[in-house]
Amino acid sequence: MDEPRYDEATKTYTTGHSYDGIEELNTPLPRWWLWSLYATIVWAVIYSIAYPAWPLVSTATAGFLGYSTRAEVAAEIARVEEANSELNTQLAAIELTTLKDNETLHQFAVSAGASVFANNCSQCHGSGAAGAVGYPNLLDDDWLWGGDIEAIALTVRHGIRNEQDEDARYSEMPAFGEQLEKDEIAALVAYVQSLSGLDHDTALIEQGAELFADNCTACHGDEGMGDRDQGAPNLTDSVWLYGSSDEVLTETIANSRFGVMPPWSPRLSDAQVNAVAAYVHQKGGGE
Amino acid sequence: MNNAENPPSLYAAQEPIFPRKVSGFFRTFKWWIMAVTLGIYYLTPWIRWDRGPNLPDQAVLIDLAGRRFYFFWIEIWPHEFYFVAGLLIMAGLGLFLFTSALGRVWCGYTCPQTVWTDLFILVERWIEGDRNARVRLWRAKWDAHKWRLRITKWLVWLLIAIATGGAWVFYFTDAPQLAVDLVTLNAHPVAYATIGALTATTFVFGGFMREQVCIYMCPWPRIQGAMMDEDTITVGYREWRGEPRGKKHEGTTGDCIDCMACVNVCPMGIDIRDGQQMECITCALCIDACDDIMNKIGKERGLIDYLALSDEPLERGGGKAKPVWKHILRPRTLVYTFLWSTIGLGLLFALFIRAEIDMTVSPVRNPTYVTMSDGSIRNAYDIRLRNKHGDDREFHMSLTSEEVLIIDLEGTDLVNVVVPANETKLQRVYVTARRGDPSATAARTDLRFWVEDVVSGERAHTNTVFNGKAADQ
Repeated sequence: MDEPRYDEATKTYTTGHSYDGIEELNTPLPRWWLWSLYATIVWAVIYSIAYPAWPLVSTATAGFLGYSTRAEVAAEIARVEEANSELNTQLAAIELTTLKDNETLHQFAVSAGASVFANNCSQCHGSGAAGAVGYPNLLDDDWLWGGDIEAIALTVRHGIRNEQDEDARYSEMPAFGEQLEKDEIAALVAYVQSLSGLDHDTALIEQGAELFADNCTACHGDEGMGDRDQGAPNLTDSVWLYGSSDEVLTETIANSRFGVMPPWSPRLSDAQVNAVAAYVHQKGGGE
Repeated sequence: MNNAENPPSLYAAQEPIFPRKVSGFFRTFKWWIMAVTLGIYYLTPWIRWDRGPNLPDQAVLIDLAGRRFYFFWIEIWPHEFYFVAGLLIMAGLGLFLFTSALGRVWCGYTCPQTVWTDLFILVERWIEGDRNARVRLWRAKWDAHKWRLRITKWLVWLLIAIATGGAWVFYFTDAPQLAVDLVTLNAHPVAYATIGALTATTFVFGGFMREQVCIYMCPWPRIQGAMMDEDTITVGYREWRGEPRGKKHEGTTGDCIDCMACVNVCPMGIDIRDGQQMECITCALCIDACDDIMNKIGKERGLIDYLALSDEPLERGGGKAKPVWKHILRPRTLVYTFLWSTIGLGLLFALFIRAEIDMTVSPVRNPTYVTMSDGSIRNAYDIRLRNKHGDDREFHMSLTSEEVLIIDLEGTDLVNVVVPANETKLQRVYVTARRGDPSATAARTDLRFWVEDVVSGERAHTNTVFNGKAADQ
């Protein structure tokens, strides 16, 4: 480092730093710039007293303004709930069949229902409501217990085949493995497959039809069209909750199936039940 | 005095600057630019433009809440933000072009900091007098006279500052209504806060900070340094003509009589005769000042002039400077012009081919398809329709494909949708392939959605695909 020298051309001293003969001028900073630095320091001190700032052992200084992001979020949520309370009251009280006539309320219900569904229903029925093996697909037009908006709301409110809600609709398919021989079950499988036009063993059809008439028609109907009052599936359509292969149908007939859905009331409010019913109803399968 | 034993302070106080009144070509030009730019700024929000009953009638409106930008006959929706991005790129390239050709003309003529500072200096001169009077006032004791002049000046500045901040908010909402609300104290707090902040910055930057903003705060002069070269036309001093400077009777031979006129008019407080310097905003007022003196002493004008550094050796050798167009037309400026106009033409083209009907199709892929009870395969699509008109419009939706596909709309038995004025509508559309059809069994089938305005017959289309059963495998 060289000694600072006075530079005639710029009337300024150099800093003494010189690199390959290029020297650095020691141009003074404007004083207001210095004051702006002091101002930011003062600001920082006041800010750290006013707002949560200094870390302590298990918490931090709260700041005299009492501000917290958590309280801000809580206030924001309360504000939104307050703003939506009128719509929610209407939604809880509405006759569901008339919901679609009220476009604003219907839109509100569908939007609210989407988040209710994502939080509570998607675990079994999937985020896209396409269901899974044993969990019905809510997008198609096949409904076990009814697919109009009121039936959907009823299912959501009380659930299916559960012990917690005495209004839950209940049915139980017998396990025919105890009553029928293996070849009889195989014949039933072939007959059931024939009902919806699937590939099947034609030699067994006659025996299967007889067995079906004796054992199954009480719930599934003479034509195998099912019965929504009992949640008995339509066996003639292309939608299969558990599958339609020989193995799966044999398992279904021999050991039966017992799909349970929990009741969502009172865990969900009436408005939330109606909202999620409206959401599911407009996913493509609603009747 | 500074010396090695007594090093200079690390900090320097602001040197007061008292620009003297000047007249001439560039000063007149600058008055016009000031009038036009301030006129545009203050008056634009008040221009009305009829767009129909459901749309705002303000010619230029940035509707942040409604996410619309209106500019006369053009309406920009959020998905068309590339227009704004394109304009910003053009603004950038335009600055590059002008800077490489003409130096810091932006700084000298049109930068808001320059324009408002100029206006504030004008007010200062009206109230406190010209340079000499202002220097005297600055040195004077704070007596009643000084207080009266200072307070008057500050009040006028404050009024201009309030008008400046006030005009800004009118761009963001209906101006006449906001004006009433502002006066009756019914406007949104954000409006008052914005006016307050802009009033403060205008008052401080225009009245007190002035050249400090350009020298210490603005990054643009630093960037401009990289845009300029020896062919850039910029304000300079013909040192080879002016030196040695001095009074005539002292026997000097240069044209510069060292009258300090160029220094006295400079709003940046520099001496252009020291050569190119960071502080110079090329406002050209020193040219006017010097030309005035040259006229008076009967010398050729242009001792201080717009000139290119590459002309210096020519002129020193007694030759003539190259013509201006030879300086301006060089690869660098041509490339900038080409880029600038290419983007401009591209944007114009995009503007003219903008469809009046606009739709985006987003296929629902969760799940890829649904098997219906009759064995048919259904896909769902979320279609967003945009109606940019001021009236409700009814659209007919259809599809074309090489295979048989059936279209249905959620929530209606019809295939027509009404989209309210100036809104978008999200409509779920179902497409179904019958059981056993090729489209039901194949992995993918191409299809094209059509929307058609039922009244005008205008149509638009979007291509997408239909997923069949093989899509899973």
